[in-house]
Amino acid sequence: MGMTGYRLNQPVGYLPSSLANAQSLVGQDTLFSLSMAHTLPALPYGPDALEPHISRQTLEFHHGKHHAGYVTNLNNLVAGTELEAKSLEDTITAVAGDASKAGVFNNAAQVWNHSFYWQCIKPSGGGSPTGALADKIAADFGGFDKFVEAFKTAGATQFGSGWAWLVLDGGTLKVTKTANADLPLAHGQTALLTMDVWEHAYYLDYQNRRPDYMTTFLDKLVNWDFVAANLAAA
Amino acid sequence: MVFRSLRRPLLAWLTALALLLFTPAPAWADFVLPPLPYALDALEPAIDATTMTIHHDRHHGAYVANLNSLIEANPTLAKLSLETLQGQISSFPVAVRNNAGGHWNHSQFWAVMAPAGEGGEPSADLLAAINGAFGSMETLHSQFNQAATGRFGSGWAWLIRKSDGNLAITSTANQDNPLMDLPGIEPGTPLLGLDVWEHAYYLQYQNRRPDYIKAWWSLVNWSEVNRRYAALS
Repeated sequence: MGMTGYRLNQPVGYLPSSLANAQSLVGQDTLFSLSMAHTLPALPYGPDALEPHISRQTLEFHHGKHHAGYVTNLNNLVAGTELEAKSLEDTITAVAGDASKAGVFNNAAQVWNHSFYWQCIKPSGGGSPTGALADKIAADFGGFDKFVEAFKTAGATQFGSGWAWLVLDGGTLKVTKTANADLPLAHGQTALLTMDVWEHAYYLDYQNRRPDYMTTFLDKLVNWDFVAANLAAA
Repeated sequence: MVFRSLRRPLLAWLTALALLLFTPAPAWADFVLPPLPYALDALEPAIDATTMTIHHDRHHGAYVANLNSLIEANPTLAKLSLETLQGQISSFPVAVRNNAGGHWNHSQFWAVMAPAGEGGEPSADLLAAINGAFGSMETLHSQFNQAATGRFGSGWAWLIRKSDGNLAITSTANQDNPLMDLPGIEPGTPLLGLDVWEHAYYLQYQNRRPDYIKAWWSLVNWSEVNRRYAALS
C-alpha cells in the first residue's frame, strides 16, 4: 500500500521532540503495562502560538478536550481486546470498513488525524512550498493556484464534519476530502497535508465562515516543511 | 379610432407574452427563511442570543439561499412543497438533499422549542404512545440522549412516529431526516428533532454536547409535539 509517509508511532526525525519524548516515556513505563496505551501528543507549539489565526481557546478545547477525548475513548475501547497491542495505524487498518468496529475506527482515526493536523500548521506558516514539493504540485495540478483552488473546494464542499487532504495516491498528488473520521490511510493513500473542517476546529474564531478559516489556514498557517518531509519520506 | 382600439389589446398581448417568456421563476415558488417564533434571547440561558442569531440568520439562511439557487437547475423544485420534497429527495442531486434537508430540519427545530416553562406538557394521547413505545418518559429521554450523543460528527436526533403508528427514536447524519427516501434512514414523521451539529452549541458548550442536550430539554415545546402527533392520528 506504500504507507511509508508520516507514521505517528515511529520516532521519525521531523516529529517534534515533545512527541518523541512522550513516546519514549511511555515505552519505559513497563511496570504498569502502559506501553501500548495510545497517548495524546503535546502540541508542537504553545497554545497561543497560532493567534490571532487560531485562538488559544480554540487550541485548548481542540487539543485538550477533543483530541484528548478521542485518545481516552480509544484506550477504553481496545482495553482487553486483541487490538490493545496494535500500533495506532495497525489498529486503523485492522478495523477500517468493519461496521461493528466503527467506534474504534472513529476514535483511532481521529487520534491520528489530529496528531497529523497539529504538525501541518505552525506559527508564521503559509505561503507556498519550494523545491521538489513545489515542482510536483506544479506538475500534478498545473500550478500552485490550481492546488489552492482544489483544496479550498474540497474543504468547502465537505458537508458536515470532516477533513480536506493533499495525498500521494499511486505516485500522483491528489486533493481529497473525507467525512467525519475517515482518512487516506483507509484508502491506500499517503497523507501529506490535512485541514480539519469539523466546526470545532474553527467555530469559536470564525463561526459559520469556514471559507475565512480555510484562507487563513493556507495563507498563514500551513507548515510546508512538514508537507515536503512527508513527500520525501513517501 | 378603429386603430386605437386594436392597438391597445395588441400591446397588452405582446406585454403578456414578453412577461411569460422573460420573467424568471415567480417569487411564490421560492423557499423562505421563516422568522423565529420568539425573540433571539428568549431561549436563554439554555441557548444564547448569539448562537440563535448565527444559527438562524446565517446557517439556516444559507440553506434557504442555496436551495433557491438550485431551483433554476432543478425546475421541479418550484412545484414541490418543502415537506413533499423530503420524501422525493433521492431523485435530486446531493446539493438539493443537503440544503432542502437543512431548511426543513431547522424550520422544525425552531418550532419545537419555546422559552423555558412555556412549552406545556405532553398530551394524554402522546404520553400513552410514549409509555407504549418506551415504557416511560425517562426511557424516552435516555434513548433520545443516547441517539444525540452517539451521533458521530454532524447530525440530528429524532422522536418519530412510524407508519405503523408506533413511536421510535432515531438519528440521521448531516442534514438528512426521517422523511427522506434514502437507504439507511429509519422512516417516520418527526415529532421532535434536536440539532447536534457543533454549530448548534459550540459557542456556549464547546465539546460538552451532553450539557447542551440536558439544557435543551427545558426548551421543548410540547404543545408543538402534541400538535404534530395529533395531526397524524
